[in-house]
Parts: sequence; C-alpha cells; structure tokens
Amino acid sequence: MLRFLRSAGFRFALLFAGIFIGAAALFALVLWYATAGSLDRQTDASVRTDALGLIERWREAGPGAVAEAIADRLASDVEGTAIYLLLDSNGVRLAGNLDRWPAEASPDAPWSFGTVQREGNLIDARLHVLELGERYRLLVGRDVGEKQALRTLLAEGIAWAAVAASFVALVGAAVLRRAVEQRLRPAALTAQAIAAGDLSRRVPVSHRADEFDRLGESMNDMLDRIDRLMAGVRGVSDSIAHDLRTPIARARAKLEEALDGQAAPEALRAAMEQGIADLDHITRVFGALLRIAEAEAGARRAAFAPLDLVPLLAEVAEFYGAVAESGGQAIAIELPARLDVVGDRDLLAQAVGNLLDNALKFTPPGGRVRIAARAPARDRIDLVVEDTGPGLPAADRARAGERFFRADASRGTPGSGLGLSLVRAVAHLHGGDLLLEDAAPGAAQPGLRATIRLGIA
Amino acid sequence: MRILLVEDDAEVARFVRKGLAEAGHNVEHAANGRDGLFLAASEPFDILVLDRMLPGGVDGVRLVETLRAQGNRTPVLFLSALSAVDERVKGLKAGGDDYLVKPFAFAELLARVEVLARRPTQEAPATRLRIADLEMDLLARSVTRAGKRIEIQPREFRLLEHLLRHAGQVVTRTMLLEKVWDYHFDPQTNVIDVHVSRLRQKIDKGFDKPLIHTVRNAGYMIRAEA
Repeated sequence: MLRFLRSAGFRFALLFAGIFIGAAALFALVLWYATAGSLDRQTDASVRTDALGLIERWREAGPGAVAEAIADRLASDVEGTAIYLLLDSNGVRLAGNLDRWPAEASPDAPWSFGTVQREGNLIDARLHVLELGERYRLLVGRDVGEKQALRTLLAEGIAWAAVAASFVALVGAAVLRRAVEQRLRPAALTAQAIAAGDLSRRVPVSHRADEFDRLGESMNDMLDRIDRLMAGVRGVSDSIAHDLRTPIARARAKLEEALDGQAAPEALRAAMEQGIADLDHITRVFGALLRIAEAEAGARRAAFAPLDLVPLLAEVAEFYGAVAESGGQAIAIELPARLDVVGDRDLLAQAVGNLLDNALKFTPPGGRVRIAARAPARDRIDLVVEDTGPGLPAADRARAGERFFRADASRGTPGSGLGLSLVRAVAHLHGGDLLLEDAAPGAAQPGLRATIRLGIA
Repeated sequence: MRILLVEDDAEVARFVRKGLAEAGHNVEHAANGRDGLFLAASEPFDILVLDRMLPGGVDGVRLVETLRAQGNRTPVLFLSALSAVDERVKGLKAGGDDYLVKPFAFAELLARVEVLARRPTQEAPATRLRIADLEMDLLARSVTRAGKRIEIQPREFRLLEHLLRHAGQVVTRTMLLEKVWDYHFDPQTNVIDVHVSRLRQKIDKGFDKPLIHTVRNAGYMIRAEA
C-alpha cells in the first residue's frame, strides 16, 4: 500500500484528480452565484424598493397613507407573493396580510428569513423590518417558497454533478496512472534486467519521439557506452589471463632453474638480470594494454585539443628516421601544408610511431617506407604508412588489430603484438578506423599500406 | 642531499631508502601523508619523493598543494601506480615537478632525483654551455669542438643541450624521450639509443676522449674524462 502511495504514477493521478475536482468546484460555485444567488438578490431588491416607497408615503402623509398604500399593493399583487404588516405603537395591526408579527423579525436584525402565517397558511418568506418612528413598525416581505424549491433542485443537481465529477476524476486518475505505468514499464523492466546482469537489453523505443522516447534513447546511449567500457575491461582481463601468464611463467621458470642447480655466482647473477629484464617486458606489455584500454574506453577524450597534424607527423617521421637510417632504409614524407584536427597529440604520435616501427621492422635494407597524409574529403583525413616489405596475407590482415595477434611471418621479430591494437583503438577514439591493404597489389613483395582514417566531426 | 621519502609500502620504502643512501644521500622517511606534510613543512629538504596515494587523509597531491600554498618550492617527484595520462597531469598541476610510474628501475629514480634536486637556477640563463673542449652557443645555435665547427640538426641540438645542462648526471632514455621529444609513450624500439649514437658520431668521432658515456642499466651521461 505504501509503495502504491509512493509511486509517481499515483502522484500524477492525484494531481490530475485534484485539478479536475477543483475545476468542477469552481464551475459549481459560479453556477450557484449566477442562479440561486441572483434569485436572492432579485427578491432583496424588490423588497427594498417596496420599503422605500412606503417610507416615502410615511414621510409625506403619515400612517393612514401607508396603510392605504399597503392595501393598494396587496390588491394589485397578482402572484400573491407580497407580505406586509403595519403595526402602531401599541402593536395593533393597521394594515397587511399577516395574522401576527413573526418571532424572527426584530428591529435589531432588519433582514431575515422566517416562516410566517398568512391568511392561515404557513409560508417561507424573506422579511425586512423598518422602524417608521413614533414606535410604528412596518414589515415588508416576499413569499420565497417557490424560489426555495428551485434552490433545492439546483443544490441537488450540483450535488449529483459533484458525485459524477468525483467519479470521473477517480477513473481518469486511474487511467492516467496506468498509462504512465504502462509507458514506463519497458524502461523499468529493461533496467531491472540490466541490474540483474543482462547488459545486452535495451529500452524499446516507440516512434512517437516523445519525452519517454527521449529518456529511453538516452538510457540506450548510456548502456551502449557502458557496454563498450565493459568490453574494454573484459578485453584487458582476457589478455592478461592469456598472454601475461606466458612471460610470467617463463621468467619464473628461469629464476627457479637458476636457484635450483649448483650454478656459479656469475650464472646466478645473469639469471637474475634476465629475470628483471623479463619483468620489465611484462611491465611494458601491461602498460601497452592499459593504454589501449584507456583509448578504447574513450577516457582520453578529455585531453583532446586542436592540433596541426603536419608538424606532428614530421616529428614522428624524424624520430623514427634515425632508425631507418641505421637500417639502411629510406623514409619518404609527403605532407600538405596544414591538417587541423582535434585530438590527443601523444596518442596520435604513438599510433603513427607504431605503424612506422612496424614498417621499418618488415622492410628489408634498401627498402623504402612512405608516410603521407591528405584530406580527401572535408570531414576525413587519411594518414598512410606504406612499406616495401612482404606485406600481410588477407587472412592475417583481418586479425591484425586483435590484441597479441602476430602473423606467423613476424614470430621471429621482436614485438608484443599490441602495436596495431593500439593504432586501431586510437583511430576509433578519433572517430575513425584502421585500414590495411597491399601497397603494391600483385607484386612479389606487395608491402603493407596502413591507413589511419580520422573522422573530423 | 637531504631527501624526504613519503611512501606507505614498507618494502618499496626500504628499497628506495637503501638505494638513495648508497648513492650518498641522507633520507628521511614518513609512512603517511600527515607525517610527511609535518616533516616537509618543518625541515628543509633538497627534494621530496612522494607516493601519489597515501593513507591518513593527506595524499600526495594534497600534500604538494598544501606545501605550495605555504610558499614551499622544494622540488617534488611523484611515484605512482596510476599511469593514466590524466593522473600525471593532475600530479604536475598540483605542483609536482616530475612523475615516475611504478614499477620503476632504481636507476631511473636516482637519475630523476639527482636531476631535479640540482636543477639549474633560472636566474642567469646561460647562453653558452661548455664541457672540456666542446662548446655550445645557444644564441647562434652552433656547436664547436676543439675550435672545429660541428654541423648538427635541430633535434640533435636539443638532445645535446639537455645532456649538457645535466652534465655529470645520468640521464635515462625515458627522461630524454620526455624532455627532448615530449613523448610519453613506449616507442617499442631503441630509438633513443639510435639518436644518441648518431649524436656521438658527430661529437666524439675523431677525438681521443669521448664525452658521451653510456651508463650500464641506466642511460647516458656527458662528462669530461678525468
């Protein structure tokens, strides 16, 4: 019961019922004032006019003239609703159609309602008492019996209308409550399912595009984002589970082996140094994984700033250029004058650096690596790194962005298998993607062309 | 040098303390932020080495903010297990001077501590850097050795300048990557070594006494042979 009272649907319904009943009450009040009230005011006005006329007579010609006027008026009262009574100072009746002075009428309260006896009949009347002077008293009144009946009818009508209005208010409130509940139920059910652990559920959205749909869409956007974050976390923990175990196991085995045998001090020392080197390698892999997760989660978007890609690319090319030079390879740079993007300088540099590092690893001495950038469309920038190495078979290309994937051909070269994962994550972070293709299709050494396609929104 | 180490992990603290003491430094240790703040505010130190996350209500960032608000300018090196770039930025914004992510090699820590504690004073900006017969003119952007002019590229110039500014001190590969290139990522290959060896070719080749030395398991150092 308490839960029912606390529901927002119930409160909306209550509000609706309140407003509805308030409006009905106002309507009834105006109706009452305009009908019953108007009848009362008409009666009072006619009594007042009558009384003023008689006072006039009193001032002009005294009691006799008043008595005469009363007799005249009674004679001409066709409807038979007029009531008069004139008493002298001794309380003797001089004129009028009442048998005796009614108890309700006293000079202290000049206006009153009362039951009076007229020619033997008891009737309801509106009464007005006037002191004429010399202790003469005049009572002017109207029979309001018929009006009273009308009034009762009207009151009954309003009462029935109130009952009807309350009923409609309650039914309306119940319908409204139900409607709100019905409209919110899918979102509530989805939220419950998600809270219970099923993150794949989404709020169904109708095509009305109303407030509820907007709420549902916002919820879905939020859920998509949570899903991506969860996937990132899952990806990292999978990678840790699968791929950090191997180097850790290797390092552990080596250390244990060194401890076990009768190793010479130098051998023991070498084993420990190797152990530290292995741990450093694990730390680097770990750092790379965290960096990828950071990029994938989109947390780095806070560090986005407007920047010109051209000097950034030139710097990275120069940075790795030294490596190319020592390996007998050449780096060719083709850059436009300016390429403005909003992004993360460090991540973009690292992504291009990883591509260059890869290209240099797989390009034989005397080979050539090309780095180029262009904006083929207003909202797109392509960063291309191309080499003249053996390239990547189509089957491997599809898997190249996966964490720790290493093509068979690359097993002999150093590397963690995380380079392209990071590049892809950085491209996604910047609203783009990583494309891999043959640089020279059909050639014996097709080479690899890696394109970071950035979307500039 | 007098160093204050604020680190709650007993094993890391012992290791760092021992290493710094062996390198000839005088180390005070506090195990929580409150004691660390008290020590840092009441005694003079050449450098503070702070863990970023500390128990006791005062973490590393708060500690530095409080000290800086009091006008204390002692150089601060953060040690942290938080590697995200925002965390580094947060630490440096609070008033830290350098940021080292755990786990770290002790050589890296030592090199950074010594470079930070002996930072060149900014009062008199040098226009010439000199070691033995090598001379660098910062205004003319020229380098000469034994009076002979050496052609050098802009980035090599900055690399040499950084080494010269910290002459006699170990400069690690990561420090060079951060300070000369302003990159905060792992370049995967030994790019820094390649750049240093290229610089070496220009500076040391053809002279009897090499100036750029490799320090095993640590980094590089430029110094005149004794």
